[in-house]
Amino acid sequence: MQFGIFTVGDVTPDPTNGRVPSEAERIQAMVTLALKAEEVGLDVFATGEHHNPPFVPSSPTTMLGYIAARTERLLLSTATTLITTNDPVKIAEDYAMLQHLAAGRVDLMMGRGNTGPVYPWFGQDIRNGIALAVENYALLHRLWREDVVDWKGRLRTPLESFTSTPRPLDGIPPFVWHGSIRSPEIAEQAAYYGDGYFANHIFWPKEHTQRMVGLYRQRFEHYGHGSADQAIVGLGGQVFMREKSQAAVDEFRPYFDNAPVYGHGPSLEEFTSQTPLTVGSPQQVIDRTLSFRDYVGDYQRQLFLVDHAGLPLKVVLEQMDMLGEQVVPVLRREFAALKPAHVPEAPTHESLKRAATVGS
Amino acid sequence: MTSRTLAVVTAGLRQPSSTRLLADRLSAATVDELSSRGFTVSSTVVELRDYAHDITNHLLTGFSSPPLRSVVDGVVAADGLIMVTPIFTASISGLFKSFADMLDDGTLAGKPVLIAATGGTARHSLALDHAMRPLMSYMRAVTIPTGVYAAPEDWSASAPESSSAALSARIRRAAAELAEEVARRETKPPADPFELTTTFEDLLRGE
Repeated sequence: MQFGIFTVGDVTPDPTNGRVPSEAERIQAMVTLALKAEEVGLDVFATGEHHNPPFVPSSPTTMLGYIAARTERLLLSTATTLITTNDPVKIAEDYAMLQHLAAGRVDLMMGRGNTGPVYPWFGQDIRNGIALAVENYALLHRLWREDVVDWKGRLRTPLESFTSTPRPLDGIPPFVWHGSIRSPEIAEQAAYYGDGYFANHIFWPKEHTQRMVGLYRQRFEHYGHGSADQAIVGLGGQVFMREKSQAAVDEFRPYFDNAPVYGHGPSLEEFTSQTPLTVGSPQQVIDRTLSFRDYVGDYQRQLFLVDHAGLPLKVVLEQMDMLGEQVVPVLRREFAALKPAHVPEAPTHESLKRAATVGS
Repeated sequence: MTSRTLAVVTAGLRQPSSTRLLADRLSAATVDELSSRGFTVSSTVVELRDYAHDITNHLLTGFSSPPLRSVVDGVVAADGLIMVTPIFTASISGLFKSFADMLDDGTLAGKPVLIAATGGTARHSLALDHAMRPLMSYMRAVTIPTGVYAAPEDWSASAPESSSAALSARIRRAAAELAEEVARRETKPPADPFELTTTFEDLLRGE
């Protein structure tokens, strides 16, 4: 099983002192977190993609390319890549290039993006969100698998004798996850292609995740990619830890109360009981995370959100130390002991390459 | 014997609330009408005041607390609805509107609804028809023709007999209309928002 962190890249004032990091600081902090992820033994670093303040990561492959050069083992991913407003041709090119530079340590997660104003900035319309996700990905899928593509769709200019360069490393396209909170069409899309499905699992009750993962698994089997329990599932999660549970709650509360998205709404106690957010000791995080398996089955990737809502870098790095030293080693052992042999690990470049060699 | 469910949503704020009082009378009258047609009726009253914080939290986070979730599930699954709001500042109350705002698209489609309101003066009675009825139309609910508005003079002990008798007559007429719509429809399960309503081939074709 893979463990890692995903970051939204928000520039949010620290509510305890009003301090706002500069964009430069935030960007450097994101890089620091990626390097720290490798240092503490995590497997994955995934960055968000946003095109409006207060977010900094508009250019994921630039950042991931830089991180690739400074890491050895870390898998670089996205959470999410906007399949709606990005040109699928540019996604094909950018991520194939990144794959070469990172020696295959790349996968990516498709998402639609729910910020209405972003769509028209890129010549699109949010009402076409699902249609764009479906058509653009269908094209992207072909661009990575066919050397020469003739293509005509409804939402992008046609292509005639087009070759996307560079070709994917070793002829193996990056593995793709599809992220969606509650659109069954996207779970269906992931199942159709035999790609991974990732549930955000942060802002919503577990019942949403359970339904969407259940649908994806059932349709994965329907499309003949394997049995339902062999489908490739990833989950988000949000944690804040201190050795003493009450200390974690006290320290995190002002960040929670003022956080973008859910701040000024439910209490920390309500939100932790109604969503997967866990604020407490490392042992509480271990127990809660293991319980995810009860409603999604054996899954392949767990990403934690640790750096949002204005938390200072120093505190976030402490969180990552605890993840690396106390939480993830136990989760690895426990999840591995529970997982039946016929349930696969998440595909990587190396595993896909081996499968292709065996298959040819 | 066939059965039907009624959900009664009331947005009154005070205790006791005249809005709740009106809701109870409408509910009792509708239950009577349906019983006389041979139905067993189970009727549930929801006081939105009890869920005011949860409704606000839903607007902020996009999801309901478990208690609010079961309220919404009950409303969406009911065979008929009675919606009663106080009229504040020339329109339906903010709490009532917030509740309506958090219902998913289409969840009231085709559902028989009786609309009713209370107000501090009879001069606001048209708020039912300029605010509540268009809201229900947008939600594609089947709103029955009679809306029931109750002003202070309809309740007052010193009210002329004609006024409270007129309210009772409107309640009976509205209840009969709602019962008729509920009776002639088969009970059907609510739509599942997670259900896939298209095939991927259709999606790929842009349909």
